[in-house]
Amino acid sequence: MIRFAAIRLVEIIAMLALMSFVIYALIGLMPGDPIDLMRSADPRMSAADAARLKALYGLDQPLLLRYAGWARQALAGDLGYSRLFAAPVWGALLPRLGNSLLLMVPSFVLAFTIALGLGTLAARHPRSRLDGAVNLFCFAGISMPTFWLALILILVFAAGFGWLPASGIATAGSSDIADRLRHLVMPVTTLTLVSAASYTRYVRSAMREALAQDHIRTARAKGASEARVVVHHALRSALVPVTTILALSFGGLVSGALVTETMFAYPGMGKLIFDAVMGNDYNLALAALLLATVVTMVANLVADLAYAWLDPRVSYR
Amino acid sequence: MRFMNVFRENGRTRHHRRVALLVGLLAWGGTMPAGAAEHEALSIGITQFPATLNPNIDVMAAKSYVLGMTLRPFTVYDAEWKLACLLCTELPSIANGLAIPVDLPDGKKGVDLTYTIRPDAQWADGVPVTTADVRFTYEVGRDPQSGISNAELYRRIRAIDIKDEKTFTLHVDKLTFDYAAIQDFMLLPAHIEREAFAAPAEYRLRTRYNTDPTNPGLYNGPYRVAEFVAGSHILLEPNPHWAGPPGHFRRITVRAIENTAALEANLLSGTIDMIAGELGLPLDEGLAFAKRHGEAFQIVYKPGLVYEHIDLNLAHPVLADRRVREALILGLDREAISQSLFAGRQPVAATFVNPLDLGYTADTPRYRHDPVRAAELLDALGWSKGGDGLRRNAQGQKLSFELMTTAGNRSRELVEQVLQSQWRRIGVDIRIKNEPARVMFGETLPHRRFDMAMYAWISSPENVPRSILHSSEIPSAANGFVGQNATGFTSPEMDRLIDALEIELDPTARKALWAEAQRLYAAELPSLPLYFRSDVFILPKWLTGVRPTGNQSPTTLWITDWSAQP
Repeated sequence: MIRFAAIRLVEIIAMLALMSFVIYALIGLMPGDPIDLMRSADPRMSAADAARLKALYGLDQPLLLRYAGWARQALAGDLGYSRLFAAPVWGALLPRLGNSLLLMVPSFVLAFTIALGLGTLAARHPRSRLDGAVNLFCFAGISMPTFWLALILILVFAAGFGWLPASGIATAGSSDIADRLRHLVMPVTTLTLVSAASYTRYVRSAMREALAQDHIRTARAKGASEARVVVHHALRSALVPVTTILALSFGGLVSGALVTETMFAYPGMGKLIFDAVMGNDYNLALAALLLATVVTMVANLVADLAYAWLDPRVSYR
Repeated sequence: MRFMNVFRENGRTRHHRRVALLVGLLAWGGTMPAGAAEHEALSIGITQFPATLNPNIDVMAAKSYVLGMTLRPFTVYDAEWKLACLLCTELPSIANGLAIPVDLPDGKKGVDLTYTIRPDAQWADGVPVTTADVRFTYEVGRDPQSGISNAELYRRIRAIDIKDEKTFTLHVDKLTFDYAAIQDFMLLPAHIEREAFAAPAEYRLRTRYNTDPTNPGLYNGPYRVAEFVAGSHILLEPNPHWAGPPGHFRRITVRAIENTAALEANLLSGTIDMIAGELGLPLDEGLAFAKRHGEAFQIVYKPGLVYEHIDLNLAHPVLADRRVREALILGLDREAISQSLFAGRQPVAATFVNPLDLGYTADTPRYRHDPVRAAELLDALGWSKGGDGLRRNAQGQKLSFELMTTAGNRSRELVEQVLQSQWRRIGVDIRIKNEPARVMFGETLPHRRFDMAMYAWISSPENVPRSILHSSEIPSAANGFVGQNATGFTSPEMDRLIDALEIELDPTARKALWAEAQRLYAAELPSLPLYFRSDVFILPKWLTGVRPTGNQSPTTLWITDWSAQP
C-alpha cells in the first residue's frame, strides 16, 4: 500500500506541473487583457499609459517567458501578488478559502447525512410511497436551477418574513458569531438541498444493490437484527461506489460554488476563481485552481485507500 | 424583474404558479424596508467591489463611488456640469490671475496654475492636508514604476512650486481650455504613504490603501473607511476631523451584490436601502422594477455621458460609401426603440455630444426614420431588392453585414434584434455575432475585424474626441493596436477641429468648433448614433439630497447634502 501511495503522490506532482502550464496557457490565450478593459472604462487614459501598465504587469511578455517566471517564483515558495485583489496571493486566497470552507463543509456534511438517511430508507422500501417521495425530492433538487432556489429563499425568508439576512457574510461592523451563522443559513440550505438530491440517488442505488447481495441474505439467515444488517453489512458495502462520488466532490470544497456565492453576495472561492480567470490574474487563478486540483487528487487517493478498508476484497500491492 | 421571467420560463405547472403567487405576495409585502424608521444608517447596494481604494491605481466605478465619500478631489464637474473646487479654495483662471499662460522654450504655450488647499482640510487622523502631500503625490504620479493608471496629467506637469503649507503652483506644458481641471491629481497622504513608496516598483503592492485600508490617515472626506471586507462590503463612519458640513448618517455601508436579481431582492428585504444608479440596475430592469415596486421607492432616471452607438468599419468596401451609411441610419426608427424598449428614458442621440454638454449644438443633420429615402439611396447605388426582400448588386452580392455587441448584455441583445428587423425591412441582411466584452474590446475592435459593432463610449464634459475620431488614433500594427478610432475615420478637417478645440480658451469660439465637429460627424456618419444611456437610481422615499450628475462624478461626492426626511 505504501508503494501504491508513493506512486500516486508522484503522479499528483507531475499532474500539478502539467495543470499549471495548461491553466496558464488557457488564461493567456484568452483575447484582451485587463488594461484594455481599464482603458475602455476611462476616456482620459492614454495609449502611453496602457503601454506602460502592460509593461509593468508583464503583460507585454511572451506567454512562455511569463510562465517560466511564474514557475521559478512558485518553486521558491512565492506565489506572487494578485493584481485583481491588490494583495499577495495567499492574502487574497486565505480569507476566501475560509469563507468557502464555512459554507461548503456544513453543506457537504448535511447533504451527505441527509443522503445517507433518505437513500437508505428509500432503498429498504423500494417502490413504496416513501421511495416515491424521496425520488421526487431528488429529481426536484437535481433539476431545480441553483440561482432560482437561492432567489426563492431570499424572497421568502429575507424579503417576505424578514427572518434572515439576504446577502453577505456578516452585518457591517458586527463580529458576532450568531450574526455570522445567520448569514450562512440560506446559502448552506441552498447548497445542501441541491447536493443532497444527487447524493441521495447514489446512496439509494448503491444500497439497493448491496441489499440484494448474498451476504446480506446470509446475515439475515444468521439472525442478525435489521439495523445491524443495514448499517454493518449493507451500508459498508454500499459506501464503496459512494466514496468515489464523495472524493470527486472534495475539490468543490475549496473551489467554491459560483452561483450560490453570486446570488448571496458571499465572497468565497468560486467567485474568486471566476474573477481571477476573467481578469487575467494569473497568479491568483493558478494558485486557486491548483489548490482545488490538489485537494481533488488527494481526496481520490484517500478514497482509493479507503476502498481497502471498506471492501476486504480490495488490496494494493 | 428577472425573477418573474424565471417564473414565466419555468412556471408551466400549477404548482409553480402557486409558488410564484406566494413569492410575489411575499415580495410585495416586503417592500417596506426594515429599519427605515431609524435613518441614521444608510446601506447602499452596488454591483461591483473595488479592487483597491488607492485613488490613483486602477480605474473602477466602484472605487470612485466609495472615494466620493472619503476623499476630496481638487476639482470636479458638478451636477450642472460646471467645474468646481472641492479641496481647493478657488479655481484658477486667467481672469483671477491664478492661471498664467507662459511661453515655453520649445515655442509652445504652457500655463502656470496656482491652487490653495482649503485651510481646514485634514486627514481623518487629524494631520492637516498640506503641500507636502501635493509634492509627494506628484512624485508618485511621475514615477513610471508606481503603477498609476492615468499619468497623463502628471506627465504634463513640468514642475511644482510650493509657496507655503497650503498654496502651490503647477507648471503645465500645454495650455488647454480645461486647464483648471485637475481631478486626476488625487492627493495621497505623504505621512502614511511615503514609506510604501520607498521602492516605487513595489508601491502598487504596498500602498496602505491595500494593506491597511481602514487607516484613518488615508481619507480626508466627510467619511472614512471603518471596515473593509473584500468582496462583501465597506463600512464608512464620519471623519472626526472633517471641517465641512457634517454628513447626516452615522454609518454608511456599501454592499457589493453582483447579481441584479439578488440586488433587487436585497432591496425588497431591507438589507440595503437603495441601489446606486452609477453601479446598479440596467435601465430595462430598472423600468420593470419601477412597474412592480415604484410606489414604495423614489425612482430617478438620469441620462448621462454614456453614448450608445454602432461603429461602422470604414475599411469595409460597402460601408466606406457615405450614402450606404446614411441609408442605414434612415432605415432605423431609433425613437421607436427608445420608446418601446426604454419607455423613452434614453434620449436619441444626434451625435456623440450630450445635449447637457456645453459644446452641444442642435444645428446638425438629423436623421428621422425614413425607409423610403433609405430605399431610394440604396436603389441609386445599385442595390436592388430581390424576391426574398433582400438587396443585391449587379454581381449578385447580397447587402449583408455582421453586427456584433457584447454578449450577455441583455439590453443590447434586445436592441440588436430590433435593428436586424428594421434593416431587413429596407432589404439589408444583418447577421448577429456577439462576443464577450473582453474579446470584443481586447481583440476584435483594436484589430478592426468587424462590420458593425454596437457599444458605448464613456465620456466626460467637453471631452475632446481625439481618441475616437482623430486619424492618428486608428489602431494598427504600427501603433501596437492601441488607438480607439476603430471605425478608421480619417478626416483632415476633423483632425484640425480636434487640435483647435483642445487649445481654444474662448468659450464662444470653442462652442463654434464643437458645432463644426458635430456637423461633420453627423454628415460623415463614421458611427450610427443611438442614444445616451440612462442610470436608474432607486432610493428610499425618506432619502433627500441625492443629485445624479449624469457625468463621471459620482453622486457620493455630495454625500453631505444627503439627508433623511423627518
